[in-house]
Amino acid sequence: MSGLAIEVVDLTRRFGGFTAVDNISFEVAAGEVFGFLGANGAGKTTAIKMLIGLLAPTSGKAHVAGLDVKTQMDQIRTRIGYMSQRFSLYEDLTVLENIQLYGGIYGLSDAQITERSKAMLASLGLADDFVGRLPLGWKQKLAFSVALLHEPAVVFLDEPTGGVDPLTRRQFWELIYAAAARGTTVFVTTHYMDEAEYCDRISIMVDGHIGAIGTPRELKEKWNVPTIDELFVRLARPA
Amino acid sequence: MVQNAGKRFGKTEALSGVSFEVNHGELFGLAGPDGAGKTTLFRILTTLVLPDTGSATVLGLDAVRDMWKIRSRVGYMPGKFSLYGDLTVKENLSFFASVFGTTIEKGYDLIAPIYSQIEPFAERRADALSGGMKQKLALSCALVHRPDILFLDEPTTGVDAVSRREFWDQLRVLRDSGLTILVSTPYMDEAMRCDRVALMQAGRILEIDIPTEIGSRYPLPLFAITGAERYRLLLELRKASHAHSVFPFGAELHYTDDRAGFDPEVIAGELREYLDYKGFANVQVKSIQAGIEDSFMELMPPPLQKAS
Amino acid sequence: MSPTLLAFIVKELRHILRDRQTLTILLLMPLVQVVLFGYALRSDVRDVRLAIVDPSPDYATIALRDRLVAARRFKIVSVSPSMTSVEPLFRQGKADVAIAFEPDFAGHLHGNGPAKLLLAIDASDPNTATTMQAYARAVITSYEAEVGAGLNQPIRIIPDTRMRFNPTLESVNLFVPGLIALVLTLVSALMTAISLSREKERGTLEILLVSPLRPWQIIVGKVLPYLGLAFANVLTALLAAWLIFHVPFRGSVLLLLSESLLYAMVSLALGVLVASLTTSQRVAMLAALLVTMLPSSLLSGMVFPIASMPVFLQWVSAIVPARWFIVIARGIMLKGVGLDYLWRETLVLLGMTVVLMGIAVRSFKPRLE
Repeated sequence: MSGLAIEVVDLTRRFGGFTAVDNISFEVAAGEVFGFLGANGAGKTTAIKMLIGLLAPTSGKAHVAGLDVKTQMDQIRTRIGYMSQRFSLYEDLTVLENIQLYGGIYGLSDAQITERSKAMLASLGLADDFVGRLPLGWKQKLAFSVALLHEPAVVFLDEPTGGVDPLTRRQFWELIYAAAARGTTVFVTTHYMDEAEYCDRISIMVDGHIGAIGTPRELKEKWNVPTIDELFVRLARPA
Repeated sequence: MVQNAGKRFGKTEALSGVSFEVNHGELFGLAGPDGAGKTTLFRILTTLVLPDTGSATVLGLDAVRDMWKIRSRVGYMPGKFSLYGDLTVKENLSFFASVFGTTIEKGYDLIAPIYSQIEPFAERRADALSGGMKQKLALSCALVHRPDILFLDEPTTGVDAVSRREFWDQLRVLRDSGLTILVSTPYMDEAMRCDRVALMQAGRILEIDIPTEIGSRYPLPLFAITGAERYRLLLELRKASHAHSVFPFGAELHYTDDRAGFDPEVIAGELREYLDYKGFANVQVKSIQAGIEDSFMELMPPPLQKAS
Repeated sequence: MSPTLLAFIVKELRHILRDRQTLTILLLMPLVQVVLFGYALRSDVRDVRLAIVDPSPDYATIALRDRLVAARRFKIVSVSPSMTSVEPLFRQGKADVAIAFEPDFAGHLHGNGPAKLLLAIDASDPNTATTMQAYARAVITSYEAEVGAGLNQPIRIIPDTRMRFNPTLESVNLFVPGLIALVLTLVSALMTAISLSREKERGTLEILLVSPLRPWQIIVGKVLPYLGLAFANVLTALLAAWLIFHVPFRGSVLLLLSESLLYAMVSLALGVLVASLTTSQRVAMLAALLVTMLPSSLLSGMVFPIASMPVFLQWVSAIVPARWFIVIARGIMLKGVGLDYLWRETLVLLGMTVVLMGIAVRSFKPRLE
């Protein structure tokens, strides 16, 4: 299992009579940038919540960083990073205070925090200021860097580039590439299909199932479509 | 329609002397990053905020003096979908209808193409809707009083690709029925779907034109490059001696050369040689026409250095 | 009423009715407060230490003494023929209340004159003082009625009350009027402030502003439903006070309810004002607490008598609406007086309503800044 960052087997989650995630299976290799796509309500968020341990699966198995999400959640938490579009950082704290907070939560030493926060500010080209004053794109880049602070094996990004302009989105993706090049596995959701093309592999969820999975090129060839956008529309709204 | 409008908040100049006009029945886009001044501009036009300098007229009415006349004739959808989460779909719609002194029935034919898609959920609370459905409801609420002009501030944030596409199809239908629409967006694929678009950055308008025209004015030779090992390819291309900029673009990388007017075929040849030397196999280099997204990134002064 | 305004009110009512938890708390609050305050105040005045001054004991003075003790509220700590012995007891804090009968008390009772007695009360704690006074008077009054009925002719006992150490203490100080003020303030000011600032946070206010709705329409639409809720609260508080604690209700109910509505309007205007000056729900809530709840409970005369406050605070209390309402409510409930007696206070509240509503509508800008 050493080569796999995420391994999901027959994972299912029901809410009452409604099956949000229906028996999905997939694998993500270590160091991969994996795009997890799907329309609103297709079950993406539920699936991610199970992988990061916020929600217990109804049935099936999932391993993240080689650990079982049902029984080894405490260990998993220290091995993963998570960033969502909605909640990322405390807006009324400064950049450094946020870094200190998350560093503290993940048990980094003061020396480590000082060193890494210096490096982070330098590489982002950012001065210490209240997070609330930063433009959205900067907040997102910063939130991503903070999610990587404790050097997790797998980082989950939930719509990290929503509402962000093209230039900043590309800068964000370069951060993702750089993290992947260092060996971090990146699990990312997005509504922007040009970004889907940036991933090593993608899956498209449709009504709780995985409608398609593979590299962008494979998928385009298999379904004979010019872009992933086209494939997405075809899967999500079958004519 | 807008004359030299400016707005400051304290020391920050949110909008600095912006001027433009929008024709009746036009689908006009304002494209730019967060903080470009799009929202401030919309608020001035919807009479929510007073301009510090300049003036603005909407439907021939002055945005400061004729506030109440304008208000009964505009539809406005602010950045976040501003709905009452504890009210049902139908209650939201009928409330916003009565705020404008009208009813759902009177506006029904106009909103029908959009509203009919969420009507099966009429008794559901707005909080329980998906992003795409919230967006449709918010648009219905902004349209139900048959406004003469519609302002949509980043209406597609958090909405999936399919819903976005349907949303823009709807906007074109509304435009064809004679409605004037101003829409702001950070996404260039959406800007492409406008009749005309203004690129905004840091409170200024960089360029206004038909979307395809904006791309055609790209000043430097541009190339689409595909190949394996994308990240290494990107980094190596940036090191090429005449590299101006390199960005990922869908499945490709877009490389801009810094030699204006140079023969593209010559540059393409050089690039192939360079990449071959760097050890990339099966790399394709193709000279291309720039799109609006290329132009936007070229026009945008990089904010990185300015931030600190 | 225009359909627009009606729609706004309907929408506001839906907000209120859908949030079951908040609604339950709001409806139960007056009940809980009446019960809590009621029992808290009761337990304070058990076993009041009573000193009797009786220069010529007769059957009437003995009977009255027994009655005071029988209620178990009083226990007699000393009986003496003259006032001189009482003074040291008060000073040493060994007696709370002294009752001095005039000589030949029974004779006056049956004869031509009214019988007089002196009620001296240690008023260093004004709250207990008023309650002790009320108890003593209740016992005397009931005795008066009973003896009068037995004799088939009315008799009169005239109690002359002296508050020791705090002589200007008001005559009646029961808690229900103050409680009504508190509940009304809470529901009216706090809840409107919260609901208005919630619209700000949600962004729905932005849409309302960009509509033809005028500020006054938004305010009236916000205020009316909460007025209804406040009204329900007044009824609960009154009913609880009447049923559980038998608080007297001497005046016109209609007048009291109208005055309550007037007072609720003042509080609602304050709530709107707070909401239009603050930017978040949290700040609005705290600010509403600060400008309404605290003055209404501490500076209104509900807990601490205004007469015993420093002059500066007495001035401040004049701008606290609850102070005037409490005077009105006490007048109606406990003294049974009407508008002819309370018109001044009513005018003050009316003036406050007009001024605050005016400021609220003005401060509620039709724009975002």
